[in-house]
Amino acid sequence: MTTKTVALDEGVVRTPAEIKRSRYLGITYLLLAAIVLFFFWRWSGDLGNFTFKLARPLDPSAPDLTLSASRTTMIVAVVLAGLGGFQLAKGFGKFNNMVLGFGIFLFIFAFLGWATAQSSLGAFSMVGMMKATIVRSVPITLGALAGVMSERVAVINIAIEGQLLAGAFVAVVVASPLATADDSLFLGAPLGSWIGVGAAILAGMLLAWVLAVLAIRYIVDQIIVGVVITIFVGGMTAFLALRWLADNPQLNQAPIFKSIGLPGLSSIPFLGPVLFDHNIFVFGAFILVAALTFLLFRTRWGLRARAVGEHPGAADTLGVNVYRTRYLNVIIGGAVAGFGGAFFTLGSVGRFDENMTNGRGFIGLAAMIFGRWHPVGAMAAGLVFGFADAMSQTLGILQTGIPSEFLGMTPFIATIFVVAGVVGKARPPAADGQPYIKQ
Amino acid sequence: MATLELKGITKRFPGVLANDQVDLKVSSGEILGLLGENGAGKTTLMNILYGLYGADEGEILIDGEPQQFSGPGDAISAGIGMVHQHFMLVPVFSVTENVVLGVEPVGFGGVIDMKEAKKEVRDISKQYGLEVDPDAVIEDIPVGIQQRVEIIKVLFRHAEFLIFDEPTAVLTPQEVEEFFGILNGLKEAGKAIIFITHKLKEVLEVSDRIAVLRRGAMVGEAEPATATENDLATLMVGRPVELVVNKETSDPGAAVLEVRDLVVIGDRDQMALAGVSFDVRAGEIVGVAGVQGNGQTELVEALTGLRDVTSGTVKISGTEVTHATPRQIHGHSVAHVPEDRQRSGLVMPFTITENVVLDAYYEEPYSHGISMDWKAAREKAADLVEQYDVRTPSTEIPASSLSGGNQQKVIVAREFGRDVKLVIASQPTRGIDVGSIEYIHERIVEERDEGAALLIVSTELDEVLALSDRILVMFDGHIVAEYQGGSVTAAEIGLSMAGAAP
Repeated sequence: MTTKTVALDEGVVRTPAEIKRSRYLGITYLLLAAIVLFFFWRWSGDLGNFTFKLARPLDPSAPDLTLSASRTTMIVAVVLAGLGGFQLAKGFGKFNNMVLGFGIFLFIFAFLGWATAQSSLGAFSMVGMMKATIVRSVPITLGALAGVMSERVAVINIAIEGQLLAGAFVAVVVASPLATADDSLFLGAPLGSWIGVGAAILAGMLLAWVLAVLAIRYIVDQIIVGVVITIFVGGMTAFLALRWLADNPQLNQAPIFKSIGLPGLSSIPFLGPVLFDHNIFVFGAFILVAALTFLLFRTRWGLRARAVGEHPGAADTLGVNVYRTRYLNVIIGGAVAGFGGAFFTLGSVGRFDENMTNGRGFIGLAAMIFGRWHPVGAMAAGLVFGFADAMSQTLGILQTGIPSEFLGMTPFIATIFVVAGVVGKARPPAADGQPYIKQ
Repeated sequence: MATLELKGITKRFPGVLANDQVDLKVSSGEILGLLGENGAGKTTLMNILYGLYGADEGEILIDGEPQQFSGPGDAISAGIGMVHQHFMLVPVFSVTENVVLGVEPVGFGGVIDMKEAKKEVRDISKQYGLEVDPDAVIEDIPVGIQQRVEIIKVLFRHAEFLIFDEPTAVLTPQEVEEFFGILNGLKEAGKAIIFITHKLKEVLEVSDRIAVLRRGAMVGEAEPATATENDLATLMVGRPVELVVNKETSDPGAAVLEVRDLVVIGDRDQMALAGVSFDVRAGEIVGVAGVQGNGQTELVEALTGLRDVTSGTVKISGTEVTHATPRQIHGHSVAHVPEDRQRSGLVMPFTITENVVLDAYYEEPYSHGISMDWKAAREKAADLVEQYDVRTPSTEIPASSLSGGNQQKVIVAREFGRDVKLVIASQPTRGIDVGSIEYIHERIVEERDEGAALLIVSTELDEVLALSDRILVMFDGHIVAEYQGGSVTAAEIGLSMAGAAP
């Protein structure tokens, strides 16, 4: 039936769930304000100034941002308290999420300011942290995109972790013997490395095909298939790394894709190094987000794919081939994940280590949900997780006295927080996870 | 002028002859009413025509040319369009996206030309008087408009032969009138129409010819000008059927169910019930009419303890049960016939015996301590099957192997087969055959005459009118009108159902 918000008497248009959420948000702001005030301000009252560096030695020059710790934290606390008060009294309506983003930004800004001021360094590289955010978001975004492609046609892909890991392994094993350092470079890498990327994509597609056949033709439970694939790939790559790569180290050392500075754009102060000076995996992720958004929401193929995910019966009666559409999308998703997997080795460290994806595929799944099954949302969510990752690294350098084990948990805590609290009720494709059985 | 003809269509499913040598013919500018009970083979026949099933024997001819359909795509390109009983619309898509799905006008690189698509939707909507907003999202528009979208969908595919499968099941009486106007417009535009229904009144009102299907075979044709409802019912069921419910005027006693200011939140956080108050007294049948989705489901769930009540009170025989559990409510001698018999009425893989003791398995005589007494359960089941005329070879077969009517009888037997003070029945006769409807209606009236209070929720207005001593009309979570049974017409109730002030 129709989804509608029924207006109560006196024209109140908020549902009880919204009111509850508003209250929850309001209290969150007040809590954050209290933490900033009593924790950071009291302690940093005599800490003096902190400095965020907006350029590294070789970057286009930009001035440093130096602020007084006590004044900054005081202002942030007041603004947060104001937001909380307004949220409790009236609420921000459709701007709720935007304001929440702003509030969290303020809190993190104050936190970083405090952490910097109390550290013996007194300064840290903001540009480095933002750049790391982008880089670390890439595998998560690509994993989430793989999930989006698959779940938009109603096949749950929980095997993303396995697809990433397989991509990482295959890429390095293929690229290592083929690529030598003195080859001529094409877009930052020798031809052999590109063949490695291609092989990683094929590996992702192969695993996706296995998932598709089992889930679509044999109607095996999709969660179980996904878990099995992930465990299988995890065990297999660990075994091969230990028994085979350990004895043949020449197969496990490939050149890394070099950064490419986009002409002109990369010399913009601060933004240039953060956004426009990366290797092909980062740009590839940006391009894929744009391309998949266009494909899903502007083309015939996308309309049919989304129809298959929402109401396969309707698509079928209109002559759309439900099975073919599902196979195709799941396999495209696998290709995206395979590409994302290659990033771990060829785009990052140049060698494969056991379980090196370390849950990024599952975080990607969370990013897909947080991003509401939309490629752009998936990227935004990927950036949030990437930021959590980069910040935990920065805090390690700043020596806050928080144990590094806790800092390492940050991305996962961010996942739980985001999925449980902030997302609200996201709506998956209506037929998600349901096999389609023709009458 | 185009003609569509089915010749000798036969379709067998394991153990069932769904269609037996069916012949059918329809031409441009004509409405053929296809009448038959549920399970008579109407839907199978139409699915064959639409290419969803292959026929075992027989052929489909268009203008005398034999056709081979291997899927709906073939049927569509042959000019056949189907408006399914359960709309085949993607709820989160816009009207235009739904209309063009599968035959999208595309530009370079497969990009959908939305402008062109919208224009075509507008053109069709103007030409046939099917008013819709091409940008509206399906889940936000009423069912009547959704049906228009379905019709535009088939016209967009240049259908000459339009099949409507039970199109009026989900409409208010006013929407039904509008729909008949649309049907006549399509007929005048030269379309050939097959109108499938089990509603006698409607088929008489709108058809040019009537064909009747029974147990898979064509049992006769009738002319709307000369046929009566009784003739058609007899033809459809195969024996004379009592179409009216015989009952004495009621003599209500004290209030058994008292509902005050009931507020309930629905699944999508909407106000499903926005402060509803009413009583049901002993020896009285209160019917709740309304288009589906106006709070009836949530009302029944709240009264039977299946859904949380936000505010307000519910009392049964003077005891407050607002937040009671289903088992506590069951303990107050309440019978509940749920809306969806297969999802919440029965456990489909369980046997009839297991199903009839579902509400009392934990009590004597069916269990002693922790062990079940299956002998007592089987005896009870055999008893009820006999008493409630459930047609089954044994009490030890799964409920899923019974017909819809017999499944419903099992539920009624379980719920009415003990002393009850209050009956809450939702869609008690949905999708079951006329014979079983007649039977279940008799039992309902019998319960009333024995002094029970009954609340009957139904979207079938005729059913509410036939049974009720008092009628409540629900719209948008409110009770918008109350009528005395027998003193009100379907048209009056229809207006209230659509939300017009009474």
